[in-house]
Amino acid sequence: MEAHTLTFEPDDRYNAFLTTCKNAPHGDGTLGGVAVAVKDNISTQGIETTCASKILKGYIPPYDAHVVGLLRQSGAAIVGKTNMDEFGMGTTTENSAFGPTLNPHDTGRVPGGSSGGSAAAIASGMVRMALGTDTGGSIRCPAAFCGIVGLKPTYGRVSRYGLIAYANSLEQIGPMGKNVTDVSTLMGVIAGYDRRDSTSHDRPYTHTPSADITGMRIGIPQEYFGAGVDPAVAGVVTQAIGRLEELGATTVSCSIPSMEYALAAYYVTCTCEASSNLARFDGVRYGPAADTKKSWHDAFKEVRRAGFGIEVRRRIMLGTFALSSGYYGKYYAKAQIARENVKKDFARIFSEVDVLAGPTMPTIAFKLGEKSDPLSMYLTDILTVPVNLAGIPAISVPCGRVAGMPVGLQIMGRPWEDERVVDAAYAYEQAVS
Amino acid sequence: MATEQEVHHIAELADVGINTEELGTFTHQFNAILDYFDVLDRVQGDTAGIRDLCNVMREDIPEPSLPREAVLQNAAATEDGFIKAPRVM
Repeated sequence: MEAHTLTFEPDDRYNAFLTTCKNAPHGDGTLGGVAVAVKDNISTQGIETTCASKILKGYIPPYDAHVVGLLRQSGAAIVGKTNMDEFGMGTTTENSAFGPTLNPHDTGRVPGGSSGGSAAAIASGMVRMALGTDTGGSIRCPAAFCGIVGLKPTYGRVSRYGLIAYANSLEQIGPMGKNVTDVSTLMGVIAGYDRRDSTSHDRPYTHTPSADITGMRIGIPQEYFGAGVDPAVAGVVTQAIGRLEELGATTVSCSIPSMEYALAAYYVTCTCEASSNLARFDGVRYGPAADTKKSWHDAFKEVRRAGFGIEVRRRIMLGTFALSSGYYGKYYAKAQIARENVKKDFARIFSEVDVLAGPTMPTIAFKLGEKSDPLSMYLTDILTVPVNLAGIPAISVPCGRVAGMPVGLQIMGRPWEDERVVDAAYAYEQAVS
Repeated sequence: MATEQEVHHIAELADVGINTEELGTFTHQFNAILDYFDVLDRVQGDTAGIRDLCNVMREDIPEPSLPREAVLQNAAATEDGFIKAPRVM
């Protein structure tokens, strides 16, 4: 089936790739011969997959993720594995065990994260499209910071089989590309039912983007333009929403009160899930060798302390703490109620509007090393995590610049209406290009 | 507030290891994050929506799995077709 070969020898000056495939096999089809990069937490048979962690250095998956199989069937040439924050834990791609990815627009700044390698590979023209994963904004944030398009699909629309899990109830694999058409095409390849993912739904994506948004009702959540959002970023996004109005959409102001505690609910949930998911990395079935002469407790501790970066260890510990006896009710149980409240807020608003629009990130890309304190880094995810808590689709599309750096317009939609957020983004993109 | 002893205990439970130099910084950052999590104390509501969810299981029928060599290829230590692990007892 993979009868042809694509030669791929990029000048990777931004450290976007962890692995490149010099002679990438490919077949014919929708993506016949198109260079596609894959984030390094998605399993690729025969190609090293590390999650940007020392604990998986040298790991060669014996099977393909479902989406990778679909890519191969579509004729795509898988040209490499992209850099990321270790296990997806970060907002800058600085938490990679193999060095940070740089932002192609300004190499003194981060590309965003955690899918920063995928975004930089597209922004610098090394590939046309790439797969990312989005647990709390990890596709949309780097898309915004690097000036490309990224879609976080509705939870359940794309199979997670073969995705090395960090926080199962939040994460989705999604398409990233230079423009909305490419993102939509890649979404068409990867979406659909897979029995090997018990949260998979039979919702294939066969859409062709339409720029007609006449009569579309757009909600503008006031929290997306409030405290903590750079006024210059808010200004650029407000202008972009103005363009959507000129194209025939109507806007209405709204509010998401649960955003007050959405970020805390997100971090409690993802760290709890991480503490369980990452228990499997013990140097026995894969990864650096555990000393089989020692007791399992000492052997695992040694491997995990040496193999995990500091942010990964922090999140495992936070999750272990939040789930520990006496604290479950205070943290995890409350976070799940908060999550329900976020869902209810979105459901209420979506009974009156078709999509919501606001900035993807509260600022432009940070300077390298700027967010050294973990909490200050977490706080920058405030505009992206509500979407993951609710499981709804959202896209980030470039909408202008502040201080020379790209700004992303985020459009969020009802569950299973990925097509509608794609159309809104496409309408904007066509109007300004 | 988590004490250094509690943070050390959590690191032991999670098998991630922690040394004395790290413990102070870890505890400080841990507490800043836990302070932020206190906003959850104000959450009101219920999880009725979650209770409506159901598990998706396949039938308990054996299916073909990966060949043994493929499963063993990434293990650091194997013996007689099995994976070697640290001693449990």
